[in-house]
Amino acid sequence: MELSDFRKAISGAHPDALAADAESQQWLEIIPEKWGEVALTLRDDKALRFDYLSCLSGYDEGVDGQLAVIYNLHSMELLQQLEIRVKLPREGGRVPSVAHIWRAADWHEREAYDMYGMTFSGHPDLRRMLLPEDWVGHPLLKDYETPEYYRGIEVEKDKRGWE
Amino acid sequence: MSSWTDSLVGFISGIAWLPDMSAGTIMVIVAVLLGLPVFTFMAVNALVAVYFERKVSAFMQDRLGPMEVGIFGFKGGKKFWGGIGQTLADAIKLLVKEDTIPKDADRPLFILGPFIIFGAAFTAFIGLPIGYGLVISDFNIGVFFISAVSSVGVIGVILAGWASNNKWSLYGAMRSAAQIISYELPLGMSLLLVVMVVGSLQFSEIVLWQEQHRWFIIHSPFTVIAFFIFMISGVAEVNRTPFDLPEAESELVAGFMTEYSGFRWALFFLSEYANMVIISLMTAIVFLGGWLSPVAGLLDMAGVPAGWYYLSGPLWGIFWIFIKVATLIFIMMWFRWTFPRMRPDQLMYTAWKVFIPFALVNIFLVGIWELIFA
Amino acid sequence: MTVSEKSADNFGVVKAEEMVLNMGPQHPSTHGVLRLKIYTDGEIVSRIEPHLGYLHRCFEKHCEYLSYEQVIPFTDRCDYLASMANNHIYAMAVEKLMDLEVTEKVEYIRVIMVELQRIASHLMAIGTFGLDVGGITPFTYTFRDRERILDLFEYTCGARLLYNYIWVGGVSHDLPVNFVRLATEFLDYFEPQIDEYNNLLTFNKIFIERTGDVGVLPADVAINYAASGPVLRASGVKWDLRRDDPYSIYDRFDFDVIVGDGQMGTVGDCWDRYYVRVLEMRESVKILRQALAQMPTEGDVHENLPKKVRPPEGSVYFRGESPRGELGFFIASDGKSKPFRVKMRSPAFCNLSLFSEISEGWMLSDIVTILGSIDIVLGETDR
Repeated sequence: MELSDFRKAISGAHPDALAADAESQQWLEIIPEKWGEVALTLRDDKALRFDYLSCLSGYDEGVDGQLAVIYNLHSMELLQQLEIRVKLPREGGRVPSVAHIWRAADWHEREAYDMYGMTFSGHPDLRRMLLPEDWVGHPLLKDYETPEYYRGIEVEKDKRGWE
Repeated sequence: MSSWTDSLVGFISGIAWLPDMSAGTIMVIVAVLLGLPVFTFMAVNALVAVYFERKVSAFMQDRLGPMEVGIFGFKGGKKFWGGIGQTLADAIKLLVKEDTIPKDADRPLFILGPFIIFGAAFTAFIGLPIGYGLVISDFNIGVFFISAVSSVGVIGVILAGWASNNKWSLYGAMRSAAQIISYELPLGMSLLLVVMVVGSLQFSEIVLWQEQHRWFIIHSPFTVIAFFIFMISGVAEVNRTPFDLPEAESELVAGFMTEYSGFRWALFFLSEYANMVIISLMTAIVFLGGWLSPVAGLLDMAGVPAGWYYLSGPLWGIFWIFIKVATLIFIMMWFRWTFPRMRPDQLMYTAWKVFIPFALVNIFLVGIWELIFA
Repeated sequence: MTVSEKSADNFGVVKAEEMVLNMGPQHPSTHGVLRLKIYTDGEIVSRIEPHLGYLHRCFEKHCEYLSYEQVIPFTDRCDYLASMANNHIYAMAVEKLMDLEVTEKVEYIRVIMVELQRIASHLMAIGTFGLDVGGITPFTYTFRDRERILDLFEYTCGARLLYNYIWVGGVSHDLPVNFVRLATEFLDYFEPQIDEYNNLLTFNKIFIERTGDVGVLPADVAINYAASGPVLRASGVKWDLRRDDPYSIYDRFDFDVIVGDGQMGTVGDCWDRYYVRVLEMRESVKILRQALAQMPTEGDVHENLPKKVRPPEGSVYFRGESPRGELGFFIASDGKSKPFRVKMRSPAFCNLSLFSEISEGWMLSDIVTILGSIDIVLGETDR
């Protein structure tokens, strides 16, 4: 199936789930409120059967833009792939967790939360994944500023030899 | 039969120029005089065995093992002696190392633990002969004595594990307790069978019987089974691979030894290698004819008249028993560098559901065998 | 209520407390700095909480400050046991983003390097797995042979662990003279060695007892957790990106996808995960032999190197089969010379996430076995 077929299948099942997206895009954009239901359809629908969540990435469009969560889905049965994006506001963005649908999402969502600070509502255990529990801020945000100190240790900012 | 203790007591009380001493005082002197060589033996044994183990493991693993520390310091000697000074250097390192005791450890028990383990191994040497009369004390209950004393060591292991106040150590100690107690049974039962046939608990009697009849390993099919049960349980008793669960490196870091360092750790080490010798000595004495010459046995069976080529006698006896012990130790090392480790439940399964039933039936069958053939 | 009343109430009620064990971050068999918080009831493990991040080096943040070429040495350091595979898949992701073709010879060199790397990585995996189960000797045997692969790499690009060999559009050096001969010699030497590992470890009774039927991972759970690579294949799912989503020139080679068959217990147990790796080494040898024979001798490996790597605006998710499974790179570009966003989908990260699922209820010793069979590299899980 092609992207347009996926688009049709999803808009058939959930009429207002798809955000307006240009034809040129290689992904489907889902509005955050509907994403939980759409995810279930994506996994269980006979024509879709996306049973394998390849990758889940957090994404920051930039200081003026929105945050996004990007899902790269794959179907082991039907051998098809799909990229889903869910966009949410920079502050207080919430997106339904899909950890109960694809358990692979559990750790990925924790990582995205760790790096971008978006909340995955319904996640069983939303803690920081890679950074220490007491870390302040979410470092992959484009407006993140490296702290001067961490627990009294000076964070080095020397970038010689990098650029 | 005389033993070193008897001869020394006789010798000391016979010296005319010494002041009169009570029997107790003489025993203390004798104990020191005999204890020192045993201690020296244990220390030297550990040095040699560790070198041996390193080299054996190295050759099994396609490596060279220790090659750098020569004992003589010659440039040419270095290569030839292939790192023979390595264990000596390690021993010195252990002795001068800082002796750390964890802050939250139970101090007295922590200190006591290794000494109990060492004491058990040390005491066991009292009853083990290496030839007729070449024994510190030839108990008439030698077999029983050794079995009893060697299981005291487990108390030390539990103390060490508990007092370390470390969960991994505790695991090691608990595993060790379960393991040693379980494997005492098949070990004892295999010995019981020999005791039953000989009718004595004395080691010298057991060897004497083997001299008059035949070695126990070839006595009957059941004694062969007993030998294997004894040998494998013995490996389990000394906590070596595949039964090294108490100190399972990949699971428990170092088990009950985790928190120990320096000399205290060296004591564990000494007793581990001493225990290997004890188990091998027991196996050699009980099943492999002790200090009897295998050559003599073969020639005797072939009907060749006795002569120098029998290679038997007191000195040859020491030679043979050490050859047998070394072979058994080598086999234990071979195990260690070949097998993966068992899991605690599999270990218990082997002891309680395989070895103990087999050993029990074995005793019964040997009894029948003796009734029919003896 | 006084103390005596209290104890009278509780009389006959034995309360066993769960013990919390901290395994790691410094522990011999967590394969790095993984920390496991293990809730145990005696030897039985009731719950495991993995804690990651002790080796977090902000790979993804670094990428946003570096140009596309400069990221390649960083990918080396992610999965440091399969650096070639990381290089390869990253380079291919960027090439896909740039719509860049590479020459035939480069493709062959890359496949040869990646397959050699796969053997090296699997050797490490099965050796350390033996170590976890308690057998020390297999480890030295596999390392002896891994050494020869590293020698080949050193001969090719000068580095033994972190190569920075596969570049966007090409490779850093052409193959040295005699490489084909040396590689063939190695393959001739190596193939019989697999039987040696089998004799020493694979079919050892104790090893089978320790690993067969232990930590069974059913296929549906594996897929739900997005497991990949040998972990997924051991559960009986015939899924290999090299065959099912062919990239590079993998469609030209004839090789089998190994799946677990439950020979020593249930499909998807630790033994299967181990044995899939052993057999995969044979398949890699097969691929290598074909690649070495077909490789064109002429050609410049620097021919298609772009002057400046500056992909057009857009994003790509590219995945390939690293020794540990599906390694994916999500790269978003804003048309500048530095990537806007790089996300590494690391196979070990996903495989590790199912670890607590399959290890609950097993004994402490089995935890080590199961963790070893998953074959994680902490550099990759933590990035």
